[in-house]
Amino acid sequence: MRNAFADELTKIGKENEKVVMLSADIGNRLFDNYKEKNPERFYNCGVAEQNTIGLAAGLAMSGFRPIAYTITPFITTRVYQQIRIDLCYNNVPVIVVGVGSGLSYSELGPTHHSTEDITIMRTLPNMTVLCPADANEARGALRAALKHDGPVYFRLGKKNEPLFHKDVPKFEIGKPIVMTQGEDVCILSVGNILPEAMDASKLLKEKGVSAQVVSFHTVKPLNKDFLKKTFSKFKIVATLEEHNLKGGFGSAVAEWLIDEEKDYNSKLVRFGVKDMFFTIIGKQPFARKYFNIDSVSIAKRIIKVLK
Amino acid sequence: MNKNPKLNSVYDIEKVAKQIRGKLVEMSHKGKAAHLGSALSTVDILGVLFWRILDMDIKNPDSEKKDRFILSKGHAASAIYATLAHKGFFPMKLLDTYAKEQSCLCEHPAPSCVPGVRVATGSLGHGLPIGLGMALANKMKENNARVFVLMSDGECNEGSVWEAAMFAASNKLDNVIAIIDYNKWQATGRSNEILALAPLKEKWEKFGWNTYEVDGHNINELIQTLENIPKNSKKPSIIVANTVKGKGISFMEDDNNWHYRIPTEEEVQKAKKELGLI
Repeated sequence: MRNAFADELTKIGKENEKVVMLSADIGNRLFDNYKEKNPERFYNCGVAEQNTIGLAAGLAMSGFRPIAYTITPFITTRVYQQIRIDLCYNNVPVIVVGVGSGLSYSELGPTHHSTEDITIMRTLPNMTVLCPADANEARGALRAALKHDGPVYFRLGKKNEPLFHKDVPKFEIGKPIVMTQGEDVCILSVGNILPEAMDASKLLKEKGVSAQVVSFHTVKPLNKDFLKKTFSKFKIVATLEEHNLKGGFGSAVAEWLIDEEKDYNSKLVRFGVKDMFFTIIGKQPFARKYFNIDSVSIAKRIIKVLK
Repeated sequence: MNKNPKLNSVYDIEKVAKQIRGKLVEMSHKGKAAHLGSALSTVDILGVLFWRILDMDIKNPDSEKKDRFILSKGHAASAIYATLAHKGFFPMKLLDTYAKEQSCLCEHPAPSCVPGVRVATGSLGHGLPIGLGMALANKMKENNARVFVLMSDGECNEGSVWEAAMFAASNKLDNVIAIIDYNKWQATGRSNEILALAPLKEKWEKFGWNTYEVDGHNINELIQTLENIPKNSKKPSIIVANTVKGKGISFMEDDNNWHYRIPTEEEVQKAKKELGLI
């Protein structure tokens, strides 16, 4: 996902002279092509994320479209106040890109995990939260984000995730993408965890359960019409995220559901990460199994709930 | 440059500074809003900037082609409001609504609340990074306009200030002029005792900035220093302006109680008398 992001940015950089890339000393070699083509619009801001966000705000107030990029915890929790005030309160079009989101860098330890970023970003006024699911979706999401007139949080995975979109999909902020059609269960998947949802739908099919999978890439603004239709149709609506269950996408859906004050005859099942620091060493697939957000665990739990 | 030559002299800036000080005391009383001492120490700096130095378009204050000013010490909001109103950015009568219900004049400036204020401040250490972004944009667009950022000494406790200090130096942002309102106090004590701030000028010098130290209440010295800052030095510039918290009102000067205290009606009258306004 990150390589596609860098590649798409290189293309956009050539077309759009307003784009300015601000890296907080990360992405070694990743942006070489971009830098070569747009040397005057790339700044390594150093390991100084607060200043990076402020700079981005100032550039945006002068007509540029800055992109602030580093590993997710360092561009979210580390600089939450700068994002809140400099970007959201001032309401400027800056894209905050977190790379290695969720448990992408599981083996690096909790300092490099981000399982609360969706929570804190979606509670900021004016903020849009985008979580692309694969490399091609990331390309489309980047182009959409650059057209949006306001701050955007862009939650990237790492590299070499499975590709589900053959081409760059038509990406519209707030418009979920249906990946597979189904009848019984709908899995609303957010961001980089999509492969587990896709595999779970296959496992469910083997057990005679028809599952629809949706890439619900925009956590904010939440598409309420889509949720209404989904909860009206399916027996089970599952939310899936590589993120803490507290306050994340599943919470957003639960909040919406309660505020609807309506009986949908549909059960909400939330899949996410437990409220803990994950200190056991292991790579992303291991971490997903630990938190029961891998395809096998997802399918098992859905079948259990269906019964 | 200022289009009104009548207000360009030291005498006239001193005169308007007195009017602004009187207004600030009144605003604090009427709005029951704190930070009067912090506002009073900025008045002469703001006077020199707005009546002598800044090349701004009052009708289009956010113009990228013109100088920009950021009040990074947002708790001195009343001072920027009063300055802008006296300068004609918006009607004086708006100042009477300061810190009152339904007013746009918040105790810490909201973004674009009034013409002349684009950036939200109030949390310290935000103004300089944003100012650098504007300055960087000017460099990229080859605009000659400059960016002025007014900070407090307490604000230099914030790490973000020093992140910005390094970025400005490494990127040779000589179109940035920062001013520190060095009134030697922060919210709860002496700024040099709470954290080791001194030697402040030397710190900035070692961070790669052109540094100047002035009496922040000496209009002539402020003018001379600001007018002589080189335009293509390849270095950002900072003025450490030695000021007095509560400046201009004898019973408020260098008394940190006025960080939070609100003047009574009697005190307002006393202050105005001292300033020669009544």
